[in-house]
Amino acid sequence: MATHRLTNPLSDMFWRRPRVLLALLLAPPLLWLGVVYIGSLAALLLQSFFSIDEFSGLINYEFTLKTYGELLRPANYDIVLRTTLMAAAVTVASAVIAFPIAFYAARYAKGRMKAFFYLAVMLPLWSSYLVKVYAWKLILAKEGILTWAVDGIGASAALNALLSLPVIGGNSLSVSYIGTFLVFLYVWLPYMILPLQASLERVPANLLEASDDLGASRGQTLRHVILPLAMPGMIAGSIFTFSLTLGDYIIPQIVGSSRNFIGQAVYAHQGTAGNIPLAAAFAVVPIVIMGVYLWMAKRKGAFDAL
Amino acid sequence: MSARLLMTAAVTALVAAQPVLAQQTSLGKGEGQVDIVAWPGYIERGETDKSFDWVTKFEEATSCKVNVKTANTSDEMVALMNEGGFDLVTASGDASLRLIAGKRVQAINTDLIPSWGSVDDRLKNAPWHTVDGTHYGTPYMWGPNVLMYNTDVFGDTPPTSWNVVFEEMTLPDGKSNKGRVQAYDGPIHIADAAQYLMAHKPELGIKSPYELNPDQYAAALDLLRQQRGLVGRYWHDAFIQMDDFKNEGVVASGSWPFQVNILKSEGQPIASVIPQEGATGWADTTMMHADAAHPNCAYMWMEHTLSSNLQSDLSVWFGAVPSVPAACSDGRGMQTQEGCDANGLADFEKINFWTTPVSKCESQGECVPYYRWVSDYIGVIGGR
Repeated sequence: MATHRLTNPLSDMFWRRPRVLLALLLAPPLLWLGVVYIGSLAALLLQSFFSIDEFSGLINYEFTLKTYGELLRPANYDIVLRTTLMAAAVTVASAVIAFPIAFYAARYAKGRMKAFFYLAVMLPLWSSYLVKVYAWKLILAKEGILTWAVDGIGASAALNALLSLPVIGGNSLSVSYIGTFLVFLYVWLPYMILPLQASLERVPANLLEASDDLGASRGQTLRHVILPLAMPGMIAGSIFTFSLTLGDYIIPQIVGSSRNFIGQAVYAHQGTAGNIPLAAAFAVVPIVIMGVYLWMAKRKGAFDAL
Repeated sequence: MSARLLMTAAVTALVAAQPVLAQQTSLGKGEGQVDIVAWPGYIERGETDKSFDWVTKFEEATSCKVNVKTANTSDEMVALMNEGGFDLVTASGDASLRLIAGKRVQAINTDLIPSWGSVDDRLKNAPWHTVDGTHYGTPYMWGPNVLMYNTDVFGDTPPTSWNVVFEEMTLPDGKSNKGRVQAYDGPIHIADAAQYLMAHKPELGIKSPYELNPDQYAAALDLLRQQRGLVGRYWHDAFIQMDDFKNEGVVASGSWPFQVNILKSEGQPIASVIPQEGATGWADTTMMHADAAHPNCAYMWMEHTLSSNLQSDLSVWFGAVPSVPAACSDGRGMQTQEGCDANGLADFEKINFWTTPVSKCESQGECVPYYRWVSDYIGVIGGR
């Protein structure tokens, strides 16, 4: 083995200068992150500081805050408010529904039952998002299965009362905010259940026993022991449900009253209008909202549960 | 400032790199292929339905292989053409002028297209593909935006005016139209409102529904705000609209012959009409890229679109009207005179074809540009 040498200059150098190896290993992912990820975000941010010329419709490449000012116009402000309220409502409702399911799956379900729960939660994620949304459109339609079932049990008066509510009501479930809300809730629910279940599984059983031994009622144990310990999981789940609702532009287009959500506004402004500055400014809104939200979540320790 | 400089530099470079192309004067041998950007369903080779094939024979006769890239919006088409690598595009009225202004398409020599003479005279010099007397493409297909309605509800009295979708009223079945009509979920629908006002409020002086001064524009928006009270959901996707007519209790809406034909074929109680106010419509043009790599095959394809069974069969397939009137009646394909009439052939004069609203307009100097249409229509739908 004449060619075999005990030392290799390259590995020698890595040994003497470990930072070189580190730099070589980190360079590709950092470049990817820097150029592709941060770069595109920066380009977006830059666009939002330009403005569109009122008369010609051409983009004016000079720094201005005018486009952000346009976000405060009633029609645009409505869109931001509508999207944020919907995201908040969906998040709260999915937390309320997810908690008992996650609690049962984490602490009571055993063996086959546990597997079934995992499967039942994950199953909807296996099918196409579009198929699910179109299916919901049919379920909620005026002449759809839900109306038929409600009619069958003689509760159509209740449904009509619900639909006659101002703002959130409408001609049928599928053209009202209630319908949009239900579909959002269904589609994002698994993203709340899974982290919540993970955090509930980590609540030590001896703490519950101690709470019991010290004379706490079940309600008190839930409020003062389980809920605080499960909070990080709930916040982690809420990050998913909140941000996913904030950015979605397909569900409100298929189910709902055609009133725009942020994602649809971005699509309309950049796609057909060529008003890229306003589209960029709209796109910055969820980033800002999520930034504030994540910062608050971090302070609550939500990321320990991930 | 530096960004602006960069842009200016980029634009200058682009303009400089743009070759000044004289139009072709003679046709050589085919280059073996032709690359086309087209709307979905526009170029069929019998793969979706065996009886709809207008590519195979062309390939056999010219040995130009046809490669199709479908695009779903006009913006996508413009983007693909800017990217390059294509020979032809089936551009709608909103994209065609942008492509010409951006010098992405070249002037064509109609002498190299023997069937040019058979094109509908009313389309030969249409402003969406002819600029200063120069032709930038061959007309492909056109169609109206019709008023689709439910025949069970309207019975013997089909609607004759767009007022069923703009004004609250009692329909022939005795119930209000509130919540039972739809409108198109795109800013171009403002033009439909303007067209309605042309007939019903002549004092506004609207000459073209795509050229509106601020007063006329405000009146159109007011009409649309009134319409918002009647519409549950605006339609965006043809298949969702068909579903809404079947399951959502919708009985009247602006629509395309495409939906009407499909619903009729399913046995639904559906018919359509072009009301007395007229209608808006679309017209597409086959245009040739400025740097087309296969110009001979491209010219052969343009000739083929006008002379073969394409015009006839495609008009059946798509619910559109051929640009060559003879294709309706000479039996080259499946289309018949009745079919063409049903798709809107006889109503050409009543149709205002889609063009992009610009600020410098012909009829009155200063008009509201398209980007305002977009933001304001979003506002109207949002209840503002």
